[in-house]
Amino acid sequence: MSRKTKDELLHDHNHDGVDRRGFLKCMAWAGTGAFCVIKGGVLNSYSLSRLSEMNPADAKGELSFVQISDSHMGFNKPANPDVAATLQAAVAKINALSTPPEFLLHTGDISHLSKPEEFDTVDQILKSATAKDVFFVPGEHDVLNDDGKQYLDRYGKGAQGNGWYSFEKKGVHFIGLVNVMNLKAGGLGTLGQNQLEWLEKDVKHLKSSTPIVVFAHIPLWAVYPEWGWGTEDSAQAISYLKKFGSVTVLNGHIHQTMQKVEGNVTFHTATSTAFPQPKPGEAPSPGPMKVPAEQLRSLLGITDVNFVRGQHALGIIDANLG
Amino acid sequence: MRRSVRIANTAVIALIFFGGGAVKQSSFAARAQQKTASAAEVKIDNFSFGPAAITVPVGTTVTWTNRDDIPHTVVSTDKVFKSKVLDTDEKFSYTFDKPGEYPYFCSIHPKMTGKVVVTN
Repeated sequence: MSRKTKDELLHDHNHDGVDRRGFLKCMAWAGTGAFCVIKGGVLNSYSLSRLSEMNPADAKGELSFVQISDSHMGFNKPANPDVAATLQAAVAKINALSTPPEFLLHTGDISHLSKPEEFDTVDQILKSATAKDVFFVPGEHDVLNDDGKQYLDRYGKGAQGNGWYSFEKKGVHFIGLVNVMNLKAGGLGTLGQNQLEWLEKDVKHLKSSTPIVVFAHIPLWAVYPEWGWGTEDSAQAISYLKKFGSVTVLNGHIHQTMQKVEGNVTFHTATSTAFPQPKPGEAPSPGPMKVPAEQLRSLLGITDVNFVRGQHALGIIDANLG
Repeated sequence: MRRSVRIANTAVIALIFFGGGAVKQSSFAARAQQKTASAAEVKIDNFSFGPAAITVPVGTTVTWTNRDDIPHTVVSTDKVFKSKVLDTDEKFSYTFDKPGEYPYFCSIHPKMTGKVVVTN
């Protein structure tokens, strides 16, 4: 997605009723995950389900990786009785990329019920990905019953606190944050003081020209607080990133794609590899959307999504890929 | 007829034997009565507790049932009780022995809140 395209979208996107303030830039059920290319320090994100239409030149940059999210391994209800198959389909799409990604990011809810066998199944399926490195952050479903001990044992080696960490790849600084622990009654996702202090120190020494990619499970912006789709103290975290020219925030949790630009920060959410969730406020609750079996994969972005959601929202993804 | 009289007599003797027969009998009755009124149900549907607030007498066992496709928990805000994660159709029960207000929430989806008020 070029900057020019973003601007066009802001002006062109006024039918949904949710984006009049220019905050929500695009919403679509497109993509099992997102193929991300960093070019000139700016991250561009493409839906995995539409890559066949992508200009191959756009796929090349300094660094590319894939974000997948919300595998919910163990979920077996009508909304998707076979979440292993849809995750496998996502991996097949990743392996078919003409520009192989350097690594995968998984933005949480790896498992549905934090059961060891659920994590085992995901690990097994991801082993078949050509990209060998997978970086995780936990979702609330990954830290049930044990305050995240099992998650930390499996995925948190070398991480701080409840599993937050940072790493560098080709000059890009990646920061994995944890906002699913110690949630308070009535509240949203929480980063907590310790993590915020760590974040402030972590980025302090970096040059302002360093591209920053932050990834966490629950959105770090107020997507829809009524359903808990936001993080209490995200504004403070974002304030530490003000000096940087290029900041991208990648989240999961809401099982649909949304994007928003605020100053130097671009926010993205990814679809789930397991089941779709309704648009904010368009259902009594954020529970899984039950759709006819023949539609499920299109809602997960494994096949073309054009038929399923409004033409308008999907047209945006088409435009991005043009 | 004779047989039933004999059983009644045995019962009386037993009560006398244990002492304070009449008193004991009424406390048994009270307890039995309380038992019939001592269970309450809360359903979890559509990411909410229903009813969100209930008032029950001391000694009541409240049972929560998760009827969503998504797991939830029942966790006391004041750390009085805490369920394991409840998958679809799983239940959690807690018996309230002291009067008071017990706010609780789902620790996975903290926007989900409820309250049990326990009266004397």
